[in-house]
Amino acid sequence: MRDVAIIGVKNTNFGEMWDRSFRDIVVEAGVGAIEDSGISGEKLDGMYVGNMSGGQFVEQEHIGALIADYSGLSLDLHIPSTRVEAACASGGLAFRQAVMAVASGHEDLVMAAGVEKMTDVSSTAASAALAAAADREWEGIMGATFPGLYAMIAKMHMHQYGTTSEQLAAVAVKNHKNGSMNPIAQYKNLITVDNVLNSIMVADPLHIFDCSPITDGASALVLAPADIAHEYTDTPIYVKATAQASDTIALHDRRDIATLDASVAAGKRAYEMAKMTPADIDLVEVHDCFTIAEICAIEDLGFVKKGLGGKMTEDGETAIGGKIPVNTSGGLKACGHPVGATGIKQLVEVTQQLRGDSGPRQVDGAEVGMTHNVGGSGATAVVNILARKR
Amino acid sequence: MSVARFWRKQINRYNIVGTHCKTCDTHYYPPRNVCPKCRRDGDIESYKFAGPGEVVTYTIIHTAAEGFEMQAPYALAIIELDEGPRFTSQVVCDPVEVSIGLRVKPVFRKLGESGDKGMIYYGTKYVPDNDRN
Ligand SMILES: CC(C)(COP(=O)(O)OP(=O)(O)OC[C@H]1O[C@@H](n2cnc3c(N)ncnc32)[C@H](O)[C@@H]1OP(=O)(O)O)[C@@H](O)C(=O)NCCC(=O)NCCS
Ligand SMILES: [Zn+2]
Repeated sequence: MRDVAIIGVKNTNFGEMWDRSFRDIVVEAGVGAIEDSGISGEKLDGMYVGNMSGGQFVEQEHIGALIADYSGLSLDLHIPSTRVEAACASGGLAFRQAVMAVASGHEDLVMAAGVEKMTDVSSTAASAALAAAADREWEGIMGATFPGLYAMIAKMHMHQYGTTSEQLAAVAVKNHKNGSMNPIAQYKNLITVDNVLNSIMVADPLHIFDCSPITDGASALVLAPADIAHEYTDTPIYVKATAQASDTIALHDRRDIATLDASVAAGKRAYEMAKMTPADIDLVEVHDCFTIAEICAIEDLGFVKKGLGGKMTEDGETAIGGKIPVNTSGGLKACGHPVGATGIKQLVEVTQQLRGDSGPRQVDGAEVGMTHNVGGSGATAVVNILARKR
Repeated sequence: MSVARFWRKQINRYNIVGTHCKTCDTHYYPPRNVCPKCRRDGDIESYKFAGPGEVVTYTIIHTAAEGFEMQAPYALAIIELDEGPRFTSQVVCDPVEVSIGLRVKPVFRKLGESGDKGMIYYGTKYVPDNDRN
């Protein structure tokens, strides 16, 4: 297998973009990543695009072909383009497919992108589309929503470990603070623990400020074999590991409701692949689709003992400047969660951090970063490790 | 959900019929045709569950799923049947009565409907089993 490097990245703005279409935003991200990499589009050997549900959100399938076409890579060049789907982990999966294509030697210059356009439908329709990431026949049919499934994880975590609503709120407060320093973030306002606790209840114990929002956005990056990465950029960022794991589709079939075993398994595989331990990681972007999800993630990835994620957050150890900065982008909570794009956005954030390009939210001396992307209530997890040094 | 898709699993939903693997003596509800523990060595038979169980975890949903707006707030729970398997259902009672460990028993209820003139789905929900709490 060949070493692989990221040579170009781009996020669009994240938020409600009524004036822009699905294809507008994904083309902006793709062209931006190509520009950042210094290659020209015709040099691409392939594209992998994460998208959860173009069919339900914009009544569009055949996303791979659409994107290649509107990026100007179809008519004369006929560049292969593949859409990849694993609910909210679609972006992470697209990246992993792209890395494997380059690592195997099958393709050299490859784009990995992710996109979701969620605000063209009502928020009820958007929630129904998202619910398809769970088990439609045995969860959805009983009235389960995504906030509802994560709320059941939160209740269990509180029951088993004494985690509090204030500790959940501390995740949102920190992520809004980080988001306030990220120009692309959907929410840049600062909030307090009281704001979270007094916001409307969506699914007990999760308030609206415990939830990631409905978002439009796209992200893209360009990969090259590490041996030639320096031909294109002075700051290639190296892919040290890309790992994926599966678990039961329904939350009720999990070994332990308050642990995402897929995160644990993908994390273990990634640490092994990179020959690293949690102590080697300088920052991590985790899948905080709900505040409880960030607490589970930092535990399941080994940054703190199981059950102590809430306390660690409350103590400020996951803030920028803390022991392990978590979600410097603002996370899904404040930066926004265009489901298919999120996995790629996390990699763009970590790449910019490792390049030293993150402005006021820069983690000093960041050498190694991790991303963690989850599909559904934990049926798919993707964990990647990036580093500044090969 | 389409009529055919619902009808296909109607017996399982109405009567809490799942499956049982004779090789490893594990019960499955929702039903599975492949035993995840034994895979091809499994020997699957149909199995009708007794009904009673216990709340493993739960939530009170305020922002309802599409088609459930009239029911909000409602208690959604993961329930463990006495034979072992876990599945998701609603507990119909005053939401403050629901707690982890609550003993529950099945009742036959409307689950939802597809649109104003569409089909009405029935199935099993749960109520507190006050004789056993
Ligand atoms: C939480 C949720 C139900 C709120 O949707 P909603 O009730 O339709 O909210 P609205 O769109 O009416 O927004 C009401 C206000 O709250 C704000 N808001 C909505 N969601 C918010 C969030 N997550 N955080 C902060 N503010 C939020 C809106 O900007 C709006 O503010 P305004 O009145 O100033 O414009 C919805 O955001 C949701 O389902 N989130 C979860 C998404 C999800 O499941 N993703 C997949 C996870 S795996
Ligand atoms: Zn078996």
